[in-house]
Amino acid sequence: MTSTTVTPRAATGTAARARHRRLSPGRILLNVFLTATALAWLFPVLWAVYNSFRDYDYTSEHGYVSLGGFTLQNYIHAWEQGEFTRHFLNSLYITVPAVLITLFIASCVAFVVARFSFRFNLVLLGVFTAANLLPQQALLIPLFRLYREIPLPLWMSDSGQLLDSYWGLILINTAFQTGFCTFVLSNYMKALPHEMFEAARVDGAGVPTQFFRITLPLCRPALAALATLQVTWIYNEFYWATVLMQSGDKFPITSSLTNLRGQFFIDYNLLSAGSVVIAIPVLIIFFLLQKQFVAGLTLGSTKG
Amino acid sequence: MSDLPTVPVASKAPTRRRGRRVQATGTDRIFLALMVIIPTALVVGLVWLPAVATVVLSFASWTGVGSLDTIKWIGTQNYVDVFTIYPPFKPALTHNVIWLVFLFVIPTCLGIFLAVLLDRELRATRFYQTAFFLPVVLSLALIGFIWQLIYSRDQGLLNAVLNTQIDWYGDSRWNLWAVLIAAGWKHAGYIMLLYLAGLKGVDPSLREAAAVDGASPVRTFFSVVLPVMRPINIIIIVVTVIEALRAFDIVWVINKGTNGLELISTLVTANVVGEASRIGFGSALATIMLVISLVFITIFLSTVMRGERR
Amino acid sequence: MSRPRTESEYLASLLPPSVAAAGISRRGFLKGTLGTGAALSLSSLLAACGGGDDGGGGGSASQEVTFGSNQSDEVPKKAYADMLAASGLTVKVNTVEHETFQENINNYLQGNPDDVFTWFAGYRMRFFAAQGLAGDISDVWSGMSGMSEAMKAASTGEDGKQYFVPLTTYPWGLFYRKSVWQEKGYQEPKTLDELVALAKQMQGDGLIPIAFADKDGWPAMGTFDQLNLRINGYQFHIDLMAGKQAWDSPQVKKVFDTWRELLPYHQEDALGREWQGAALALQKKEAGMYLLGMFVGEQFPEKDREDLDFFTFPEIDPAIGTGAIEAPIDGVMMRADPKNEEGAKQLLKFTGTAEAENVLLKANNTVIGSSTEADTSNYTTLQQKAVEFIGSAESIAQFLDRDTRPDFASTVMIPGLQTFIKNPNDVDGLTKSLESQKKSIFTS
Repeated sequence: MTSTTVTPRAATGTAARARHRRLSPGRILLNVFLTATALAWLFPVLWAVYNSFRDYDYTSEHGYVSLGGFTLQNYIHAWEQGEFTRHFLNSLYITVPAVLITLFIASCVAFVVARFSFRFNLVLLGVFTAANLLPQQALLIPLFRLYREIPLPLWMSDSGQLLDSYWGLILINTAFQTGFCTFVLSNYMKALPHEMFEAARVDGAGVPTQFFRITLPLCRPALAALATLQVTWIYNEFYWATVLMQSGDKFPITSSLTNLRGQFFIDYNLLSAGSVVIAIPVLIIFFLLQKQFVAGLTLGSTKG
Repeated sequence: MSDLPTVPVASKAPTRRRGRRVQATGTDRIFLALMVIIPTALVVGLVWLPAVATVVLSFASWTGVGSLDTIKWIGTQNYVDVFTIYPPFKPALTHNVIWLVFLFVIPTCLGIFLAVLLDRELRATRFYQTAFFLPVVLSLALIGFIWQLIYSRDQGLLNAVLNTQIDWYGDSRWNLWAVLIAAGWKHAGYIMLLYLAGLKGVDPSLREAAAVDGASPVRTFFSVVLPVMRPINIIIIVVTVIEALRAFDIVWVINKGTNGLELISTLVTANVVGEASRIGFGSALATIMLVISLVFITIFLSTVMRGERR
Repeated sequence: MSRPRTESEYLASLLPPSVAAAGISRRGFLKGTLGTGAALSLSSLLAACGGGDDGGGGGSASQEVTFGSNQSDEVPKKAYADMLAASGLTVKVNTVEHETFQENINNYLQGNPDDVFTWFAGYRMRFFAAQGLAGDISDVWSGMSGMSEAMKAASTGEDGKQYFVPLTTYPWGLFYRKSVWQEKGYQEPKTLDELVALAKQMQGDGLIPIAFADKDGWPAMGTFDQLNLRINGYQFHIDLMAGKQAWDSPQVKKVFDTWRELLPYHQEDALGREWQGAALALQKKEAGMYLLGMFVGEQFPEKDREDLDFFTFPEIDPAIGTGAIEAPIDGVMMRADPKNEEGAKQLLKFTGTAEAENVLLKANNTVIGSSTEADTSNYTTLQQKAVEFIGSAESIAQFLDRDTRPDFASTVMIPGLQTFIKNPNDVDGLTKSLESQKKSIFTS
């Protein structure tokens, strides 16, 4: 069943009775209210989409509360002038490695914490989770300096340092997101049946085998869910992309947004088109993988 | 927006490994050690060490140029300056508090309300959820742009409809509230989802018992459901606080945190990035943020860890 | 968004594509140039790495010189490229987007800067020279002709050595559209009272007397500077910028009080408007005048630029007169310890010649050359006027955020001036706050 709601309760008598009650006036009112609210909720996005298809000449003449003047030009202009190809690629270069590394590292730590009870497990979890919650601005200054001091070979970063390089952003995003993923994965792994590992150990499987051959495959649902979330969050990440990246041509798509605004100063239709284009990747992920998305956020309670 | 919010409603997994010490062989130990040490090094090195360094630097005066021995240690002077002679600080603090209160009162309650409404077998649940959750996947910076179409002085929808000439983003009487509505728009969906997940985990028999006892839905919610949802409530509180403290993106893209949209996060950034380079001063502001965050993080961790320690 | 330094920074793109004459926005050029800029910078770094010389001074003129540039828009970029090509040296250009370049100057200079880079005169230059981030080029200056004393002073560091070579400059003034003024019969005001009278007249005619925008925080500094120069004189202004005068002194308070009286004639809601919006109001004949730099012309379509004229801020104190003006100077500097010192100095020597400026100005007509020997025959009327204006000035200030410490300018003055605009009545409180912050920054 591809319901995207969070795991619904099993159809108990309550649910059955609910179905009978569906046509009560209370229910109708509820549906009406929710529909209205949902549409109002979507309005800003719909408005942006609507205007992105409209010509600036037309709207400046007739005002925005009007109908007509449709065109695709805004999208073409936005793409060219915002140099979206380059920036999307930059986002790709940063997001994909970051997500992969994050998930891998988080799995490692979660594995250790879940499978083996060392005394410092809780401390470790605490260190990781709290790292996820710290305000980024508080870390800016030392990171700046640190990044400037760490040299990178030129094939890894054309600035010669960690600052203003893709790896710099990849690493900081990883460091920040690992906490959340570790937390979720450790909960998930704790719930895996223990007998499997017992059997494996008896068969002489070492830690790598246990990890790669048994744990990771079993964690696939959790990993998928987390991957969805991570791609969204890292793609949307704005702060580090703005302060740790200095060459305009290396900006990922989010921090190039501010450039966009300067240039699309008057033409709001162009701005809408640009915004819609930038939103599209996450929206696609959202619509296709909503179930994963939701599951990722709620994995602590239900075990996937 | 990358935080924690998994929903540790009472886990139903039997506790199986209490006090269990697992034997690990030699090479296994090495692997385990690596699996822990490398990630920890990364996180500590890129997050915790800088955090500590920030606190240390807050007692210094430094331009950031030159080697570490150009640092001048000036004790608590930066803090004194922040609290006494720095005009944007009080507005920033006020705005952060307003942000927090607003997020609690409106989007959080709205999210909970929507979650409760959606916690029924409605036919269009998927549509509703999608609609309410959509803003959550958008970045706050993007949200700032999208709402600009509504808030703009000359081309915005709001002025066109209300026939006013207010510069919603530019007038310091209104812009904070305008931004808060946009941010709340996103936050409510997030809260809704967390709460909905939690509600799904509430034992239905509790509700039935309450219904049998003749309690109205409202009464049931407040007396029965809410207390059971305590872990989630805590998470929601923490999430809201963290989001309020972390608010930055949307304000920065609008006007770099000036003229009514000052926040502590923007003050830190403005003092450090660019030519200003008031490292010590910026660090003092950053430390203030850090301290406030840590209070709430500690609360969160102790709650969650209590759940871990089965 | 800071004000553009040279020519056509915020060109036609700020008019939407469907309206602008050219179809391509600045950013289209910008991103295209950034692409080449990136390629160039990468190759320049690679060249620097694996190439001929390594580290330290030395190097010869025949090897290449690296050039870091913030001239990211198409036209100035080409102008600079032309100029560098005319130098006869092999120059590798590394172009960074204008804003980004300035924001990251600290990191840039401490990291691996190019041998020569673009920057601004004034304290903003001295600040970095004093920290040892710029190279001494006094020897380049000896024998340089065509630079006035004012130019040399603006290029000199605190230690008396020169660190900067001026290239272009532009004046600040009250700009207006000749056609509108002719139509309404306005005259350029010579004193403050005349200015106020003119403003009242404009209001009566349905115009906004003075366009105004301060969303980015720096444009209002222009107004402050002009008033301070007229009320208290050049020396006081420079001393104030250097932290040697108190901000809560009666002189400064007088500046704010005068400003308060003029505020009613300024465009409303300035804090929500960028300077481009105010310039647009001037262009659309909704405003009568606008106090800005000559780059205001970029917001005007080519055909309207001839309609622009300007006058200096009127006299307030007859004893001081109008001899002091603001004309920010853009130019180039050498990094401390360049890889190719000889080549860098040769390049700088070249940029100090009139020949270099002529090449530059051919492509760029909203600024003027800093050398007195620059060829002015192709100048527009506005440029000619600017030359005369700057040439006959008694003293030249750079602009608040170039004359004082950058941290003071951005973290104290920007919020301070914005507070004033919102609440012009509490001058005592404001100046007291500015002074205490200044004390804490300047003594740190």
